[in-house]
Amino acid sequence: MTQIFVYVTHKAGVADDIASEYIAATKKIDSAATVTAVVTGSGSDLDKVAESLTSKYGEVIKISNEALAYPNAEVIRKALCNVLDKSAILLAPHDTLGMDLCPGLSIKMDSAFAADVVDFEGVDGGKLKLIRQELGGAVSTHVTCDISNGAVITIRPGAFAPVDGAAGGKVTDKSAQAGDLSAKRRFLEVLQAEMGDVDITKSDVLVSVGRGIQEQENIAIAEELAEAMGAVVSCSRPIVDAKWLEKSRQVGTSGKTVKPKVYMAMGISGSFQHMGGIKGNPYIVAVNKNPKAPIFQVADLGIVTDILEFMPALTEAIKSL
Amino acid sequence: MEILVCVKRVPDTAENEFQLNSAGNDLDRDDLVYSVNEWDNYAVEEAIQIVDNVGGNVTVVTVGDSESEEVLRREMAMGANSGILLSDDAFEGSDGKGIATILKGEVQKGKYDLILTGAQADAAAGQVGGMLAAMLDLPYASLVNKIEIVNDTKIKVGREIEGGNQELNEIELPCVLSIQTGINEPRYVGIRGIRKVAQVEIPVKNAAALGIDPSSVGEAGAKVNRVDYFVPVLGEGAEMLEGSTDEIIAQLIERIKSKGGLA
Repeated sequence: MTQIFVYVTHKAGVADDIASEYIAATKKIDSAATVTAVVTGSGSDLDKVAESLTSKYGEVIKISNEALAYPNAEVIRKALCNVLDKSAILLAPHDTLGMDLCPGLSIKMDSAFAADVVDFEGVDGGKLKLIRQELGGAVSTHVTCDISNGAVITIRPGAFAPVDGAAGGKVTDKSAQAGDLSAKRRFLEVLQAEMGDVDITKSDVLVSVGRGIQEQENIAIAEELAEAMGAVVSCSRPIVDAKWLEKSRQVGTSGKTVKPKVYMAMGISGSFQHMGGIKGNPYIVAVNKNPKAPIFQVADLGIVTDILEFMPALTEAIKSL
Repeated sequence: MEILVCVKRVPDTAENEFQLNSAGNDLDRDDLVYSVNEWDNYAVEEAIQIVDNVGGNVTVVTVGDSESEEVLRREMAMGANSGILLSDDAFEGSDGKGIATILKGEVQKGKYDLILTGAQADAAAGQVGGMLAAMLDLPYASLVNKIEIVNDTKIKVGREIEGGNQELNEIELPCVLSIQTGINEPRYVGIRGIRKVAQVEIPVKNAAALGIDPSSVGEAGAKVNRVDYFVPVLGEGAEMLEGSTDEIIAQLIERIKSKGGLA
């Protein structure tokens, strides 16, 4: 029987979706695993989260401290190192906090580290078998991870189906064991993203462009299609990095979350960070000249062709309807 | 300010269609196009801009075989002052911790105020920077999209967090930062630039020179091992439209209409 700890992130007193996704993930590691949730933070918000998690987990470890009020990875790492045994197996989300926290935590715990896991295939002889992706999702890999002296593992948010628990567990307060929480990195403030000229989250139809658009001048081709469809132009990350469109047009975990009826993915490869920003199960049309683009795995309708030729033809056809 | 930037030679995702080899346990690497990891270019550009403003030197370092020299030269053509190649048969098969251990050996030989890595590379783990920082007991921030030098002992750092928001932190130097794409616009490197640095000597250091126990790195030291590659099946897959462009467009318009995408 494996003992697994899961680090539950939360906002404004509500646990993130990952809290329900850990249940399926830990069962795939060991169906008989004992799972303990760990939450850090401060004040009544933390109390609320810890209490809510007792419905899912048999034990919820709470570490409360004013220094943990904002999730500063350096401070959380110190607290977890002081509270958890070095041989612990700990899961965390592969999000901007998990990525900040976990690689360093694995060094301080002297544990194995695996990142962005999308599936587990059980433990065999002290080695956990898992699946992750490389090269922007173009290929997957089977990986073995020696967990015999502990492990820190981040899992991809959304990769494991949420499960409702029925645990009736208890909260254990380990705040007194958190130890010295001084840090060389101090949180100052969060700057909210700018709204931009167009609110892509309000549009029923998005014409979304990626690397396949090739040049800044070609954005106009997508704008013409969007206009013909009564849609709005959005984009994937590389287009914003190249400064061809405003950040407010970006769909993805580091951009906007959109819920259109129809999503036209034009020359977008379909990384999980991009797909993570598309909710509400829209009808996804993917046009890409690479037949192996990951987007074709998740789209509803696929067309293998060059968007620079296809979009003008589609625009003309729609205009002549 | 002395800045070390850790870079990596990776298969270029924009230039390759990835196929498995005949045994099915690795990529077919014969015809792969390699380039410098995209995130690393932003890290090197940021380092050059900092040095342009406050003075100092930019050193680029990589762990790899002799072919990795080309990415060091490319970054030197961008403006990095020098390059170092860390290479040893014992380094092969290293996991993230192994790579961080090798880099730590080099960091301890020098005196760096700032150590930069890309936020992630081909394995998409985003692990080496955070591990290196923890090994050196230095502060760390990931996904950095803004750096402001306050003075010799501290900097202000912006991190990209969910929803496109930016988290601002104050961090003491020396520190390790992993750089997110979009922080700047990496400069173009032409053939002439590469030629200029073609003859510059790049020192090669092995495990002994770095004072690294070979059993702590490479396959021997790895707790995490890749077993094989496979092509993922994430969903049922899209229905593919084929035929002439006119036929495809006619079908597509019908579908979009039925899904409420066209009035």
